Amino acid sequence: MSDSFLELDSLTKSFDGAVAVGNVSLRVPRGTVLALLGPSGSGKTTMLRLLAGFEQPDSGRVLVDGSDVTALPPVERRFGMVFQHYALFPHLNVEENVAFGLTDVSREKRAERVAEVLSLVDMDGYADREVTALSGGQQQRVAVARALAPKPRVLLLDEPLSNLDPGLRERTRRELRSALVQAGVTTVFVTHEQEEAFALGDRIAVLNDGLLEQVGSARSLYEEPESVFVATFVGRASTLSGIKTAGGEVRIAESVSWNAEVPEDLGEGAPVTVVVRPEAVSFTDGPGLEGSVTECRYTGARAFFTVSAGNLSVELEAPVDSASVGDTVRITASRVRCFREES
Amino acid sequence: MTPKRPRGLLLTILLSWMVVFPIALVVVGAVRGDAGWTLEYVATFARESREWGALWNSIWISVASVLLAGSIGVPLAFVFERLEFPGRRLPGALVALPAVLPPLVGVIAFMFLYGESGFVAHALRAVLNLDGDPWRLRGWGAILLVHAYSMYVYFYLFARAGLAKVDSSMIEAAHSLGHDRWGTLRRVTLPLLWPQIGAAALLTFMTALGSFSAPYVFGGGFRVMTTQIVASKLNGDLAMSLVETSALACVALAGLVLFRRTQTQRSVAAVGKGIPPAAHSLSMPLARWGAAVVGWGFAVLLLLPHLTLLVVSFVPVGTWTTQAIPPEYTLANYGTLVSDPVRLRPLLNSLWMAGAATIAAVTLALWVGRTVVQRRARLRNVIETLTTVPWAVPGTVLAIALATAFSVRAPWFGRWVLVGTAVILPLAYMIRNIPIVCGSVVAGFKQLDPSLDEAAASLGSSRWRTIRRITVPLLRPAILAGGALAFATALGDFVTSVVLYTYDTRPISIEILSALREFDIGVAAAYGVVLMSISAVAMAVGTKR
Repeated sequence: MSDSFLELDSLTKSFDGAVAVGNVSLRVPRGTVLALLGPSGSGKTTMLRLLAGFEQPDSGRVLVDGSDVTALPPVERRFGMVFQHYALFPHLNVEENVAFGLTDVSREKRAERVAEVLSLVDMDGYADREVTALSGGQQQRVAVARALAPKPRVLLLDEPLSNLDPGLRERTRRELRSALVQAGVTTVFVTHEQEEAFALGDRIAVLNDGLLEQVGSARSLYEEPESVFVATFVGRASTLSGIKTAGGEVRIAESVSWNAEVPEDLGEGAPVTVVVRPEAVSFTDGPGLEGSVTECRYTGARAFFTVSAGNLSVELEAPVDSASVGDTVRITASRVRCFREES
Repeated sequence: MTPKRPRGLLLTILLSWMVVFPIALVVVGAVRGDAGWTLEYVATFARESREWGALWNSIWISVASVLLAGSIGVPLAFVFERLEFPGRRLPGALVALPAVLPPLVGVIAFMFLYGESGFVAHALRAVLNLDGDPWRLRGWGAILLVHAYSMYVYFYLFARAGLAKVDSSMIEAAHSLGHDRWGTLRRVTLPLLWPQIGAAALLTFMTALGSFSAPYVFGGGFRVMTTQIVASKLNGDLAMSLVETSALACVALAGLVLFRRTQTQRSVAAVGKGIPPAAHSLSMPLARWGAAVVGWGFAVLLLLPHLTLLVVSFVPVGTWTTQAIPPEYTLANYGTLVSDPVRLRPLLNSLWMAGAATIAAVTLALWVGRTVVQRRARLRNVIETLTTVPWAVPGTVLAIALATAFSVRAPWFGRWVLVGTAVILPLAYMIRNIPIVCGSVVAGFKQLDPSLDEAAASLGSSRWRTIRRITVPLLRPAILAGGALAFATALGDFVTSVVLYTYDTRPISIEILSALREFDIGVAAAYGVVLMSISAVAMAVGTKR
């Protein structure tokens, strides 16, 4: 981990006794993008504000390039920040907004840099516009340009796409990604949407209740989740209760057992939580869990079916004409993960 | 780290020193003689019918002013908000004008119009061939007339604002439940307006209680507390003036508490989306024109004093005696204001003192806003309460309090000799304007997106640069609105000036009175017009979006 540029060391912060961030340590390599992913209230925004210096941690440190910046006020920290509602200064135009952080440079240098970052976010020619007359997507890009203009050591983004129309999001996301790559700036951003985290982040840190659940690439989070929370929060999944049986199998119901990855240290007969993704489940004519189709949601060529068997409920993805609501079916699963039963 | 002093402590001390400390000194002074604590003065106050009579007069005049002003202002609000008639917009705006007329100017305008030697009296004498004065504009009747004229505006503005917020669906619901128009008005609309009417009543009560110009000019032998206090002070009966001042302050406080009690806690106007019903188009031509006549008639009637003032300001000295209308007109009165150094001085005095007071009040308000809203200081509730205190303190009370506190040198107790210096009047104007300016600026702060401040910080902007480049420009409408109102009020101030002025610092209002005493009515009116114009311009600037 020699190349980590931004380092969070055991950061802890509580508000009135409620833990918002609990002992989180993270390393972000130079020039990479880290996504902080979690549901609302998971502490991700507090973490971003701790990084920016708007909040002081109760304990722990923030290091940049090996030097401790924890005590530095935001003004001296040289971290760029893009706010959720952009926080563009409404009385200044695009150019004045972008130039706001460029104080110590000559007039020519300033104009040059403003043009440079505006072109980076594909907003050349907008310098004289009033920010209040811009669309949401354009405002977002100006906010990114403004944060990048003073060449920040670290760029922080708070829910950068949450204020945009769903139709606009995908395009903006691609453009933002390319701007970040071009700028080559070490970036941390906060989101509660998995899709956004996957598309923008080189690595993703999943937070829950102020605690760090897992850090890794999108693929490793999806395919090798380390907790029930990560398994269900990242991607769709059904959870069932099961019993560990011999030979790497888990028993879901009377005479139904599926092949599973089970924690090695658990003994036979131990209760486990079974997590199964919809694409790993299929209808079968052979042996399987018998139940009835209670719901069918079309998404196009394929559909999500909900199959209920007693008090169990499993979601699966299959071609639209595989079954109809009310049918009695049997299902089987190819790849399931098990976790220690949480008491 | 050293133990931090709580945020906002310095501001709390400063505000207390300005708004609480002087008044506390007055109360102490009322029960303390040369020989220590005594109730002697209080006993005298209670014994003398002249004294408690003046207090009683103040109270009933204020209550009567509330009732009178309300019975003009509320119906007028309905006329202009709910009835559609030809050209309703212009008079609707015009009738709000008395709000920008300084009290003393309103009083002399009234005198020129309805006084025994005013236009109406002159006209009546000419028409009816009378010898003596048809009436004398004196006593409580005259005071009430002026109060009703200048204070209906509060009811009018508040009730109009309230009516604009009453959701039309509530009116429709009442109709669909079988209530006719009067039933709906009585059972739905008026109760919904109650918070606004209550607020206007409180404002009117406080203004009437502190009113000084009208009783001073028209009172004659009829004394109210404010004139009684100033009389005692001028007669050198300092102890008695302190008791009187304390008594008036107590009534003001009691009034405030009592009115707050009657206000319901529910915010009724907040229910619903607040789409006001469209103005009611009167279908019958007779009713339409009737409403137009009432609306325009009121507008003209209420504007007459302003027009009178303008006409009189063109009348040369000593030319208007018994004629129905002045026989000659000249611009010389305005020339005198500029060319005569003795006449020019008060104008300059008022301008710089009001300007300095406004700048100081705005600076203080920015400090308060930053401490209370942006830094969320622990003392913020205390600070916000302190900024509203001067509002509940009649001007005379504040003036006596400042005269008491700052005529003694005791630096360790926060007392310096400021009375007689050029500092005392701007200080008094500033304190009087703290509630207006702070109210406006703090409200502006509360609307600022807090992340703008953080955005500036993350871009490396220092605190002062952020305040200069971001906070102040964004607060400009709020600063202008509060500052303009404060400037206009300070410029026309009479009630505190009359206690605290010296010859060198005499403001316009004092000079108006001395011009009147010299029967130089043209110059007095010209001052009035100048005051009125500057106030109107300030208000126009302040309310511009």
